Amino acid sequence: MIASIFDLTLCLVILAAAGAATLGRDAFMAVVFYIVYGILIAMAWLRLGAIDVALAEAAIGAGLTGVLLLAALARVARKAGKEPASAASVPATTIATALAALVITIGIAYAFLTLPEPQGLQGHVAENLAASGAENPVTAVLLNFRGWDTLLESIVLLAALLGIWTLAQDEAWGGRAGLRHVTRPGSVLAQFGRILPPIGLLVGVYLVWAGSKQPGGAFQGGTVLAAVWIVTIMAGLMQAPRVADRALRAALVIGPVIFLALAVAGIFAGAFLVLPPAHAGWLILAVEAVLTLSIAATLAMLVFGPPEPEEKR
Amino acid sequence: MTASALALALILTAPLFGALAAMLMGRRGPAIALATIIATAAGTLILLVIIATEGAVHLAIGGWEAPLGIQLRADGLAGGFIATTALVMGAILAVAAKPFAGGKTERRSAYTFWPLALLLWGALNAIFLSGDLFNLYVGLELLTLVAVALVGIEGKRETLAAALRYMMFALMGSLLYLLGAALLYAAHGTLDIALLAERVGSAPGDIVAAAAITGGLAAKTALFPFHAWLPPAHSGAPAPASAMLSGLVPKASFYILLRFWFEAAPDLAGSGVLMLLGGLGAFAMVYGSLLALHQDRLKLIIAYSTVAQLGYLFFIFPLAGGESAAQPWAAGAWSGAIFHALSHAMAKASMFLCAGLIIEAIGHDRLPGMKGIVRALPMTVFAFALAAITLMGLPPSGGFTAKYLMMTASFAAGQPFWALMLILAGLLAAAYLYRPLALAFALPDEDAPAPKAVSRARQFAPLALALAAILLGILSAAPFAFIQIGRPGAAVEGLE
Repeated sequence: MIASIFDLTLCLVILAAAGAATLGRDAFMAVVFYIVYGILIAMAWLRLGAIDVALAEAAIGAGLTGVLLLAALARVARKAGKEPASAASVPATTIATALAALVITIGIAYAFLTLPEPQGLQGHVAENLAASGAENPVTAVLLNFRGWDTLLESIVLLAALLGIWTLAQDEAWGGRAGLRHVTRPGSVLAQFGRILPPIGLLVGVYLVWAGSKQPGGAFQGGTVLAAVWIVTIMAGLMQAPRVADRALRAALVIGPVIFLALAVAGIFAGAFLVLPPAHAGWLILAVEAVLTLSIAATLAMLVFGPPEPEEKR
Repeated sequence: MTASALALALILTAPLFGALAAMLMGRRGPAIALATIIATAAGTLILLVIIATEGAVHLAIGGWEAPLGIQLRADGLAGGFIATTALVMGAILAVAAKPFAGGKTERRSAYTFWPLALLLWGALNAIFLSGDLFNLYVGLELLTLVAVALVGIEGKRETLAAALRYMMFALMGSLLYLLGAALLYAAHGTLDIALLAERVGSAPGDIVAAAAITGGLAAKTALFPFHAWLPPAHSGAPAPASAMLSGLVPKASFYILLRFWFEAAPDLAGSGVLMLLGGLGAFAMVYGSLLALHQDRLKLIIAYSTVAQLGYLFFIFPLAGGESAAQPWAAGAWSGAIFHALSHAMAKASMFLCAGLIIEAIGHDRLPGMKGIVRALPMTVFAFALAAITLMGLPPSGGFTAKYLMMTASFAAGQPFWALMLILAGLLAAAYLYRPLALAFALPDEDAPAPKAVSRARQFAPLALALAAILLGILSAAPFAFIQIGRPGAAVEGLE
């Protein structure tokens, strides 16, 4: 199974990064190792030939989650005035958690080693690929064969954003999301803020466009576009939008709304979420385009956080 | 266009469309909710008629049959849960229209409540109709995130702590469930429940998968010893949210457990596992009831009561699972547990709505303050008493039918222990619900501040729910036959 020294080393480094992220006392170092862990996992997916998953893991697992964790850390530190007190040694809980983790690990290992020859659905996917409207089998599964999952997932993102918005202070509601970012003109961030966005825009749009034939798609492209927006705002070139902004809210919901409308249109074919093979190609591209917009807006708003009172901005 | 496709599309998408519209138009929440209720109720009625006349409905999403695509399955069980959810959500949203009204300027809690509540409804309907283990996971994720946000929607320190604790339990449960689903997919090449039924054996992978799925869903259903998150979360949320969280949300993970153990892997159920599940349920019942007796706040009593009542849902496993499945008493035990799940959803939601109206009237929910509240809120106290009758399992309520069916099955199965526990559960419920009721009917103190008035129309919603739970007992024959439609291996027994 493990084909080379490289793979073996990769596995060991992944374990080391995971250990450093969970066992370390320093919260900042834990986050850093978590990001490293995400990048290493993305490399593991690459080695397994799952390029779409690798892209998603690098963009969302390492990149976006890392930014979210760092932002959370900064907030906690500002509130408490110091590093968050790392959990003082609680031997009973630690031992219980470790034991539970050990039992689950043994269970997975046992199940995995006795697993019969894996029988995925690659054959079924390949047979029906021509009728799906996408050449990339992953896109065919995500947008057509199991489109209902993807539609619900895009709504899960909005639910997460609503959850974060419930954390706003009442008097701050309607205001701009997150804290104001100011940078010195000529600083590294201000420079990057001008150079990165045009490149990022190109990469993001390309990832969506390429998604129907090659690895890529709405989630990966949306993450890159979200990153562009975040960098621009962190560089102080733009202000984050108000949470009550009509255009922002329209951008957040347009993807799921159009996907849902397409699903309902399926009743005219006597089913649900039907993409007629003759039109599936452009329908998938259209849905991916609007989903990208909504995903980008949602992910960026997740990072900006709830609106803050004006005097703190 | 077929009627069944229309019905399913309405049930699945109306709440989601409503949620997105409410997110877009911040101050129109109540109006959007009303439109959602009408559309979803219409779809539900059509679906019920189709299931009753033509039997279970099956629809391959996108025209892709299993194992490639996701299958929707609407049998009697699904229809029963969807209809109950529509009824309960309708009543809850009607009561919520005032505290979460739009107003002139948009408010944080009013803005976030409506999309969250409608997403919760959409997630429940997606779960009740799904026949696919991964699609069920996505539905559970949506449900979990929304439920956590609703717990913390008041933004107080304690409720946020409760929400965070709930999230830890629930996410751990999700991960375990996903692990189980992934193992089953790896071994059998499908996530479709009907196909898995033919393929799941007792290989080590299947056993580990079943353990992970069961552990994960039990944590989400707050089965003892995973119950610690429930009371603070359910009592801390605003009353309409508590009603959804306590009446409906744990039923979704229980529903998936039923689908898994009775449909996907019926042969995997050894008597040890079934006894363990039933035993933990019995423990939860005693433990939750005793703690409910010790609470001094109305919402905490109702929340601990949920721990107890969810507990004896799990008696379905020893009484109708494994080797019992082929026995004549299985139908009664199975239907009894479903009756209990549905009547508890109505009664518990009604009780939390009553508690919310009492809080509106007196400003808090500490028991002594409830003295004589019947004079100010006669309809609310009546609704509370009717809901209590169902929770105690007294005739002629749905809770009585549930207990009667389960007790008959338990004697027929030669396992009288469960019947004894059901009797004990009824007695304990009577004990912990007696205190608030006795206070409500007592003479108010001379110097007690006058309660604020609550409109009759809003008091009607919890009353309607409590009445529905009673009607489920009086008219039990029709729903009994209905939920049997499409039950695998059904050996239908009458109500005798």
